[in-house]
Amino acid sequence: MSDLRDLYQETILDHNKRPRNFKKLEDANRTADGYNPLCGDKVKVYLRVEDGRVKDLSFEGSGCAISKASASVMTESLKGKTVEEVEAVFKRFRDLVTGKAGEAEDLGKLVVFSGVCEFPTRVKCATLAWHALSAALQDDKQPVSTE
Amino acid sequence: MVKALQEVKTVDFSRPELDVARIRRDFPILHQRVHGKPLVYLDNAATTQKPQAVIDAITRYYTTDNANVHRGVHTLSQRATEAYEAARVTAQHFLNAAESCEIIFVRGATEGINLVAHSYGRDHVGAGDEIVITAMEHHSNIVPWQMLCEEKGARLRVAPINDAGELLLDQYERLLNPKTKLVAVSHISNALGTINPVRRLIELAHARGIPVLVDGAQAAPHLKIDVRALDADFYVFSSHKLFGPTGFGVLYGKRALLEAMPPYQGGGDMILAVTFEKTIYNALPYKFEAGTPHISGAIGMGAAIQYLAGVGLDAIMSYEADLLAYATARLAAIPGVKIIGTAKEKAGVVSFVMDSAHAHDVGTILDQEGIAIRTGHHCAMPIMERFGVPSTARASLAFYNTREEIDALAKGVLKVREVFG
Repeated sequence: MSDLRDLYQETILDHNKRPRNFKKLEDANRTADGYNPLCGDKVKVYLRVEDGRVKDLSFEGSGCAISKASASVMTESLKGKTVEEVEAVFKRFRDLVTGKAGEAEDLGKLVVFSGVCEFPTRVKCATLAWHALSAALQDDKQPVSTE
Repeated sequence: MVKALQEVKTVDFSRPELDVARIRRDFPILHQRVHGKPLVYLDNAATTQKPQAVIDAITRYYTTDNANVHRGVHTLSQRATEAYEAARVTAQHFLNAAESCEIIFVRGATEGINLVAHSYGRDHVGAGDEIVITAMEHHSNIVPWQMLCEEKGARLRVAPINDAGELLLDQYERLLNPKTKLVAVSHISNALGTINPVRRLIELAHARGIPVLVDGAQAAPHLKIDVRALDADFYVFSSHKLFGPTGFGVLYGKRALLEAMPPYQGGGDMILAVTFEKTIYNALPYKFEAGTPHISGAIGMGAAIQYLAGVGLDAIMSYEADLLAYATARLAAIPGVKIIGTAKEKAGVVSFVMDSAHAHDVGTILDQEGIAIRTGHHCAMPIMERFGVPSTARASLAFYNTREEIDALAKGVLKVREVFG
């Protein structure tokens, strides 16, 4: 059972129950949709990007605990970061959940998702909102899919 | 919560005769541990496990008989051909078809439906025509018809279901009209477990001269099928949901319909004579079987049907009805669990959602307990929409499952509640 607790850490359960920044961002200037056809998870990420910096971000959607908590912690972690910094965090986060991370330095609260790498089928859940975020930053109007 | 479970345990479900312990010994894959727990395989609607008899038949074919069929005069080719054609007769008897030439070997139910859409559909469906399906179809019985309708400028009509997941018969009947050129309906819904009144649906369609295709992918492992009693025009099923190998299945069609249909694919085996000017097509069933077929698939499926016949479909049906009632009662007794699909006539499937946890999380936690279920939309996204859920967790049964395994499932679901509160 220790594996299961590694995956469903308290922070994840908390963010699943009470997701932060779970709303439509009225003054967003970038949005993107993410969709996981495997389980039907849907997420919409809203961004307000100014001068190359993510001033504000939020999300809406429905999904499993991992995808919802991941989106929630993501919105908390990235506020105020430059677009380049966001892309760098995404890369480190992706390495973390796929088990490629040497050290999870600078990831802050995002390290609660380290247990995901033991559950390969859940990596897509953890990265869904991030893929949507990345698409929004590239201003890609196509919904991103995890497939 | 604990009290509710104890109450259910006292309900008496008389156990019909089926030696499950002996049956389980026939399925080698069931005897393993997953994450340190005994495997509880409850994903049978996705695919079933294979008895040793099927594994042996395939091994024996490749070990002693492998050759191409319908081609050689040599002994191995004759043996392979005999085994391949014997599987056709076995399938014929399984469906109670009138003739073995009405059994077309395909890759699975999906290809069977596509074959009918391409070959029959293109010939009979035109602009302004209509095809009727139901709201509980698997994507494989939606998309081929959508594609055909798009190509022909025809219209797909969908017969609705009620909140229990039962087809609304009067609304179905109202959809049938002179423009309706085909009805395509599942025998059992893969996501809800609903058994459709197929005999009645066919009767209503036939009264208006409309042929009916029945998707029997989920019915074949659970019901005794008689295509003549049903008067089905087309009936499809997949071998792998019937304890046989993947990549193989059957399309049954009434001879007169099949004979009038153009071929599906061109190639070897489906021809009698070829010149560069003209090709004379082979007779049924070979007209629809272009290329070297999945010979070991046929042989494996034949062995699976023989195995089922040995167990006895009556015993299987009554045992599974008992197990389904038990599983439904056990899960329904857990607070926060809602069962999706509560039709009076049901088989094999308990789909459910939990108020505290998403189906995907349910699936991961159960997997840690060694329990395999399906989570997601079950290739039936319109059903998920109908019930307003993004996905469900689905436990689907086979006759090798036991009440002890259902108890393990119930315990696993309680664990989900523990984690998610």
